[in-house]
Amino acid sequence: MKAITTFFRQPWLFAFAAAIAVWIATAAFTQGQGAGEVLSVAFTFATFFVIVAIGQMFVVTLGPGNVDLSIPATMTLAGTVSMKIMDGLNWMILPGYLIAVAVGVVVGVLNVGLIRVLRIPPIIATLSSSFIIQSAAIWYNRGLRVKPPTMLADFTTAKIAGMPILALLVILIAAVMHVVLNRTIYGRTVIAIGQNARAARLAGLEVNRVRFLTYVMCAVFAASCGYVLAGFSGGAALNMGQEYLLASVAVVVIGGTSVAGGFSNIPGLWGAALFLFLLVTMLNTFGLGAGVRLLLTGLIIIAVITLAGGSRSSER
Amino acid sequence: MTPNESVGGAAAPAPVAGEAGDGVRLSAIAKRFGAVVALGGVSLDVPPGTCVGLVGHNGAGKSTLMNVLAGTLTADEGTIAIGGDDVTAGYAIARARERGVRCIFQELSLCPNLTVAENARIEHPSLTGLSWRTEAGRLIRAKLDEIFPGHGISPGAVVADLSIARRQMVEIARAFSQTATPVRLVILDEPTSSLDQTIARQLLDHIRRFVDGGGSAVFISHLLGEVLDISDRVVVMKDGLVVADEPAAHFDRDGLVAAMGSVGGHAAAASTQSRRDTGAPKVAIDARGGGARLTAHPGEIVGLAGLAGHGQTDTLLDVFARAGRTKGAAIVDGRVAFVAGDRQTDGAFPLWSIAENIGIGSLHALKQGRFISEAKEGELAERWRERIGIRAPSVWNPLLSLSGGNQQKALFARALASDADIILMDDPMRGVDVGTKQEVYKIIREEAEKGRTFLWYTTEMDELLICDHIYVFRERAIVADLTRSELTEEAVIQASFRQDA
Repeated sequence: MKAITTFFRQPWLFAFAAAIAVWIATAAFTQGQGAGEVLSVAFTFATFFVIVAIGQMFVVTLGPGNVDLSIPATMTLAGTVSMKIMDGLNWMILPGYLIAVAVGVVVGVLNVGLIRVLRIPPIIATLSSSFIIQSAAIWYNRGLRVKPPTMLADFTTAKIAGMPILALLVILIAAVMHVVLNRTIYGRTVIAIGQNARAARLAGLEVNRVRFLTYVMCAVFAASCGYVLAGFSGGAALNMGQEYLLASVAVVVIGGTSVAGGFSNIPGLWGAALFLFLLVTMLNTFGLGAGVRLLLTGLIIIAVITLAGGSRSSER
Repeated sequence: MTPNESVGGAAAPAPVAGEAGDGVRLSAIAKRFGAVVALGGVSLDVPPGTCVGLVGHNGAGKSTLMNVLAGTLTADEGTIAIGGDDVTAGYAIARARERGVRCIFQELSLCPNLTVAENARIEHPSLTGLSWRTEAGRLIRAKLDEIFPGHGISPGAVVADLSIARRQMVEIARAFSQTATPVRLVILDEPTSSLDQTIARQLLDHIRRFVDGGGSAVFISHLLGEVLDISDRVVVMKDGLVVADEPAAHFDRDGLVAAMGSVGGHAAAASTQSRRDTGAPKVAIDARGGGARLTAHPGEIVGLAGLAGHGQTDTLLDVFARAGRTKGAAIVDGRVAFVAGDRQTDGAFPLWSIAENIGIGSLHALKQGRFISEAKEGELAERWRERIGIRAPSVWNPLLSLSGGNQQKALFARALASDADIILMDDPMRGVDVGTKQEVYKIIREEAEKGRTFLWYTTEMDELLICDHIYVFRERAIVADLTRSELTEEAVIQASFRQDA
């Protein structure tokens, strides 16, 4: 009994319930036709949401005001730079990835520099750094679309029994990050800072180092996402990160992470990412026009965040 | 005990119309939090023109009872009558305020980002119009002047910039100030814990004037002398019940301690043997304002005395910041742990369990292989729950489910459970009951015997008596350096005040 009640108190349950409800609504509309394919496609696209959302979640957990708005620009820069350097050569796949990671590290250091050294609030700092990063991508890319190496394209689109291999890999990464969040000194420190930064420092935790690592890690996740997304969609595009700004924050919040910091969970990211994609699919299936669809998506996200936030605050 | 004694749970006498009916009367109040019975049927009568002292151990139910009276908690059972009317149905904060019930809580309720005047306005919605800010400023300043002459607080100051003592003063003045509704009853929950003696005296005098003018007050304090001094009647609570309710004159300090069911009455005398000669100091640091140099040796308990807010906390923070490195002339040789006095800002992680709050100070020791072991975390917390006596059914309960004093014990446990050899204490015992204090003093002694060094900022004389060596602070400088044998209350007070003042 006790196990059941604790199960129903999990903050990520809501996101999965919403995702399943939307999926069932879609399947009901089509009388079950193509429900399996819809799920398979949802996993493909949710994977990219989850990669950026993991980094964003750690940043948001650091406490009020902490958010990384440079994720879309970082994805674009990492995608364009790595594609151009790999130049479609299969043996360059690993060096290309390392270059994407390096782009992430540079962006992360830039963000922390603005936040810590110049004392700019994170929301402004990451927004302004994203202008620099996006401009760098435009300058470097000059509108060329370089095709990804064939092996990378094959890998990012491969499926086993309808399940994308990339999704399986990211489920594994999410599991690892779950352990990192809850069972390592780093993760505990992130949560402690989010609840009470002053108390964290006085408890002897390395607050500044952990903040630094978290912003760098978030940028590296964004860069990795840019790399695989460019591989998946046949090359990098300058607007490829666009929808990931809202998505990264929405997935984190719908997934049951507190916007006020100090309270977060990884499983919810998957539930929320699937929900977001399935929601758009459902509205498409219902045959709604693009304008109405976007409007409804926005309204539904607001409703879900309000509901999820409300249920959590009454629990405490 | 006398026949006056009313034990909770038994049928409370029905309210009688007449004189007593004008006051505030709680009858057979019961309150449960899950499995924990916080109040088991408590009756309390506060007639006009009376100050009732309320004492008991941490977790005895004092704060819960006062929250019920203030309308912040709803009782599961029982009735509340104010001025002869039964107001139980729908009783909440707004109703309580309408009826003139005001409270000053242990956890300060001011908004730190607002000014003093703006905070005053929150409780006085009748201040409207364009000049509300000026009006509120005038109101709060007048009350501050009345209660704490020479307070030096500007109504335009942002609360976050005020010291904790000054915040408490604002909170007190706000509760006593009057606009649309008259103030009938003021609840004071540990109001003097962050005030120094002069200011505490001013407050006690004001309460007396207020009560003599026909108001009533409920006064909660762990300083039993204060309670006996100010109260007309004293009510003793234990385990959610009232165990004694008698005129204050029937009690003396020892009698109260006995009624509360405490273990020991007086501080164990510290050993007078000096540890000064043994080896190199663990800590040697100057106060920000200069003066004598503070040194602490292994196994020593060093007291930082003086009036509240004269640089003691800053010195502790300096020691904390310099831990493990020798920067300039300061020496801090070893690992340090900090026990917060201002629990909400400096110590507590509000979303975590008791176990997580204790374990955060010892994460390296809790590792099993590469990862933190929850089993080890639970064991560590369980060990300290027993040793320091945290009253909770499980260490996995939220920290905030504990009473204030027990939360403080958890913060003590965090520091003592860590591998730190220097423990910094920022007046952590305020708001902790007598019995708990004795237990913690004993543990501090034991840990010092084992070679740990304690730097202890305290505003209480009883606690200085436990120290081996005392430094008195005044205006950020160390103005006196007393060994144990030189320590007297007079010496500390004399050093705390400027000679020409």
